[in-house]
Amino acid sequence: MARLPAIIAAMGNVLDFSADQAAGGFTRIAFSGRLTMAHIAQVTDGVRAIAPTAPGLVIDLAGVERIDTAGAWIVHRLEATWAAAGLPVQLASASPEAQRLIAEVARNDEPIPCRPPPGRALVDRLERMGRAVVAQTDSIGNFIGFLGQVLVAAGGTLIGRRRLRGHAVIHQCEAVGVTALPIVALLLFLVGLVVAQQGAVQLRQFGAEIFTVNLIGRATTRELGILLTAIMVAGRSGSAFAAQIGSMKLNQEVDALATIGLSPIEVLVLPRVIACAIMLLLLAFFGSLMALVGGGVFAWVQLDLPPGAYILRLQEVTPLSDFVIGMIKAPVFGTIIALMGCFHGLQVTGNAESVGQRTTQAVVEAIFVVIVFDAFFAYFFSFLGYN
Amino acid sequence: MPLSATLPDDADVVIRIRGLANRFGRQTVHENLDLDVRRGEILGLVGGSGSGKSVLMRSIIGLRPPQAGSITILGQDPATLGPEATRDLRRRWGVLFQEGALFSALTVAENIEVPMREFLNLPPALMDELAGYKVQMVGLPPDAGAKYPSQLSGGMKKRAGLARALALDPLLLFLDEPTAGLDPISAAAFDDLIRVLKETLGLTIFLITHDLDTLHAICDRVAVLGDKHVLAAGTIAELLQFDHPWVQEYFAGPRGRAALANPQQAA
Repeated sequence: MARLPAIIAAMGNVLDFSADQAAGGFTRIAFSGRLTMAHIAQVTDGVRAIAPTAPGLVIDLAGVERIDTAGAWIVHRLEATWAAAGLPVQLASASPEAQRLIAEVARNDEPIPCRPPPGRALVDRLERMGRAVVAQTDSIGNFIGFLGQVLVAAGGTLIGRRRLRGHAVIHQCEAVGVTALPIVALLLFLVGLVVAQQGAVQLRQFGAEIFTVNLIGRATTRELGILLTAIMVAGRSGSAFAAQIGSMKLNQEVDALATIGLSPIEVLVLPRVIACAIMLLLLAFFGSLMALVGGGVFAWVQLDLPPGAYILRLQEVTPLSDFVIGMIKAPVFGTIIALMGCFHGLQVTGNAESVGQRTTQAVVEAIFVVIVFDAFFAYFFSFLGYN
Repeated sequence: MPLSATLPDDADVVIRIRGLANRFGRQTVHENLDLDVRRGEILGLVGGSGSGKSVLMRSIIGLRPPQAGSITILGQDPATLGPEATRDLRRRWGVLFQEGALFSALTVAENIEVPMREFLNLPPALMDELAGYKVQMVGLPPDAGAKYPSQLSGGMKKRAGLARALALDPLLLFLDEPTAGLDPISAAAFDDLIRVLKETLGLTIFLITHDLDTLHAICDRVAVLGDKHVLAAGTIAELLQFDHPWVQEYFAGPRGRAALANPQQAA
């Protein structure tokens, strides 16, 4: 127990100061302990509270064990404040190191703004809104320009004036399609299962459980299978396109392509768009199939409908037009996803933050536009009489 | 032996590396590497591209645990310390990365305040004052304090990075290619700044560089990295006597001779 007060005393003495009267009526401020950044907060307010009084100040550093630039700064500011009041200041018992550091910080004593001025709240808000509107308008213009470039490149490829980059297309097909097979299979299988289960619960109330098959067949081949696969691909590949092209842009690889005389649209964008359109068609087909399998499994297990009967029933109740409509929509969605990803990738400027922001935007806008188009297709085809 | 990578046992050593090994998969970058850094010196580390200079620095500052060997910094081995003690040790060195590595969402002054905020409990007004003189100490103009990193030139970013590295008044400073990418005038000014700061703040500096002018102008000793270990360490005059093809090519090649011809240019 006897050691405790000693420890507390030692801790209290890490840094301290005392103020008293020195010879000639001078105020004397004596620091003791470690005058370093870790400890100066303890004394700053105290020494700064001492108002300058005639005839002057003596700063005594005899008790200082260690000093760094922060400590030197406190001493220097003390000197400067008293000097500004027209009073003489003396530095006593300062080590050569302390003198050197104090001289160094004194050389760098000019008030420095640490953050930009806050500005006026209302005007700034209006300015931000205005900028956002301008940026959005610019973005639409840029996208139309981008779409035009892609169409020109695609047209040139079609009539044989430009080369189609087969290798790149195949490579992208693998990245977009083949590697997505397991996750699409699992996702759509589960969706088929869930649709069947929820449908069965509702239809049972009418004793019409057999119509669950109609629900599965029509909902998945025409809407859910396609839409969910598209959302999956937007998340997996749309984001990848934006991030890949975005970091190539940062790395000046896109500039390098243009310098060599290659069109970034032809080399980077077109293969991705083609691959994404083809692969979304195949993935959507595969996904719809998996959803039907999921529904079939549920029907077999819960509704006692054997697979043979399920397939027969599916053929009866699902019109071919549903399947065809789904397959028409899929490549359109694929094109939208790839265009959004590539567009936002090419819009990346400046820093890594921009890549992240553009990637997010690519996915969000791709999914948004896909759903808008889906609604359009739904209305369009029912208008044509395909209910 | 004057060119030995290690100093005598009684030397006042800040960093002591013994038997260090670094491997990436099957590729060995360092094997049985020894190196000593004396207190208060500027040690330049040179070596060909891919010789593992940056990996060595990352090992020393604890960003990459080595596969074997020991690193003692300021008398302590970070590998044997707990997280608290490691934090305390890390406070005692500052690192300047190649491009400055400033936090882009913060102003220069706020960048400098980050370590203070993290480690110390200082009133905000005092932190602003301390950040203010650090900004001027590294030779930035007063209006740079409120600027964001994207508004700064390459040379100013490095100065701001240096100010952040010096935020807590470290004993040890690590600089990774401080003058790379700067024009000769800015590079010479930066060399000057490093030397002045070393003298006023009593720093020990570990410096990776390819800049022969920097080596001549400010380094007390130079360590040569090659063949997976430190081939030699000594003053440039001593290294010129060292009989190794790479070292001879490096210091006695056309660029080396040009830098040697007017060693006072950066001073």
